[in-house]
Amino acid sequence: MSLTDSKPIPAPPTDAALLDAEETNRLRRARRDRIGKWTLPIVVLVVMLVIWDRIVVWNDLPHYILPGPGLVFETLIKDWAILFDALLVTVQITLMALAVAVLGGVGLAILFTQSRWMEMSFYPYAVILQVTPIVAIAPLIFIYVDSRIAGLLLCAWLVAFFPVLSNTTLGLNSADHGLRDLFRIYGATRWQRLRYLQLPSALPYFLGGLRIAGGLSLIGAVVAEYVAGTGGIGSGLAFRILEAGYRLNIPRMFAALILIAATGVIIFACLSYLSHMLLRKWHESALKRDG
Amino acid sequence: MQDITTRSDVLRVEKVDKTFHGGVVALQGLSLDVRTGDFISLLGPSGCGKSTALRLIAGLLSPTSGRITWTGDHGPGDLGVVFQEATLMPWATVAQNVWLPFRLRGVTYNAVKDEVLEALRLVGLEKFQNSYPRELSGGMKMRVSIARAMVTRPRLILMDEPFAALDEITRFRLNNDLLALKEKIGCTVIFVTHSVFESVFLSDRIIVMAARPGRVIRELAVGAPYPRDEAFRTSSDYAAYCREASDALHEAMGEPA
Repeated sequence: MSLTDSKPIPAPPTDAALLDAEETNRLRRARRDRIGKWTLPIVVLVVMLVIWDRIVVWNDLPHYILPGPGLVFETLIKDWAILFDALLVTVQITLMALAVAVLGGVGLAILFTQSRWMEMSFYPYAVILQVTPIVAIAPLIFIYVDSRIAGLLLCAWLVAFFPVLSNTTLGLNSADHGLRDLFRIYGATRWQRLRYLQLPSALPYFLGGLRIAGGLSLIGAVVAEYVAGTGGIGSGLAFRILEAGYRLNIPRMFAALILIAATGVIIFACLSYLSHMLLRKWHESALKRDG
Repeated sequence: MQDITTRSDVLRVEKVDKTFHGGVVALQGLSLDVRTGDFISLLGPSGCGKSTALRLIAGLLSPTSGRITWTGDHGPGDLGVVFQEATLMPWATVAQNVWLPFRLRGVTYNAVKDEVLEALRLVGLEKFQNSYPRELSGGMKMRVSIARAMVTRPRLILMDEPFAALDEITRFRLNNDLLALKEKIGCTVIFVTHSVFESVFLSDRIIVMAARPGRVIRELAVGAPYPRDEAFRTSSDYAAYCREASDALHEAMGEPA
């Protein structure tokens, strides 16, 4: 559901007689695709909900095994106060982690492209941090980091910074060679080359990494909350899921899960929109396709 | 020798060799004197070192032996470059692209707005100053690239097969426009090409080069006066010069003429 494609297709010319059969077909197909892109997922959703509901009703399943969609929705409304507070905590951690991932990822990427030595020294460790599962590191982090927020943030950051780092590094290194030569001929300084050539070249790559990092920082935040596990005021959605699980409050687990998924989708959509707005004037990925 | 020294007031290239890693001799014994107002073509088959020569002059490479000296009062770096690709920054507008050489000298856009717009006017693109490169055709992109190369009015403009990727009609038009531009602003150009017709039409001197190792085998003067127009393209003089250059090129490629 990229936002690029949701542009209205130009209305078919009124002078329909001028269009040959092929063109008419093409327009019809484009219109059908446009409608289908939105209606088909909704149809699938409705069908799945109905099947889910029927399974629960026909098998007479108790709500602590599998609640029906109606009950989940009811719980979402009923427990909104608790769930929304928890959601705010999780979103806060996620966004802070994303912000730090962007700063850390871009900062390291710039450092790496400015100095080969830096890259050779530290890149392997960035990879090691990335490939080590966060659930394995998180307990250690919570032993050594006193502040719970700082611990959560560190976990989420560890998961999220790598795509920003690797994509931005790739982007900074993929500036057009002709333009590099040109900058050299015109005697550009290192800073000018970075500012006017490498950073703009890296922007599309960075935005790609950012979209991945957005989802990962949510995952990192949720996983960290699971491990941290402390409750009470100021705990996030993951803790609410754990807690509801202990109490066999399955409908609330589903409700919290829906909120987490929705948050992920919204983050992705926002970042896609940001990417589209920043690139729409010049980058291939954001161009309107004619025909 | 004394004579040459006094005449070359832009650039002297003296017995320049360039050997790349692995012993590939890209260029051997290139000597060249560039005078103000010259239009020099380096003509030759691929691998003859003509692009290497240009990169040496641009300072992107340094010679293995020999010397390249800027002979005027302007220092090195006072040059504009046009590559085979337009090499525009896709994220910047046409005007911002043309501003680049000034921008890298730390000059603000407003300070040189008139120069930028004048350069765009000279290549016939003043209406496109706010367009992005992707909105332009290949020929128009190349015009922007030319505008960028001449916006600072450099002592020397280097062109590396700038029109090779364009279709013939566009190439002819750009050839005409380039000469018109040269008349207007009196620039000095070194032009790399593998087209005999292009080199004869544009230049007053043609350096014919051979490959393996890259070397100069003939220097031809094209005596036809500027301005040259479409009439020159169909004249018998033009045909004769083309014949001469073509023979030299065949010799360069080691084939009977």
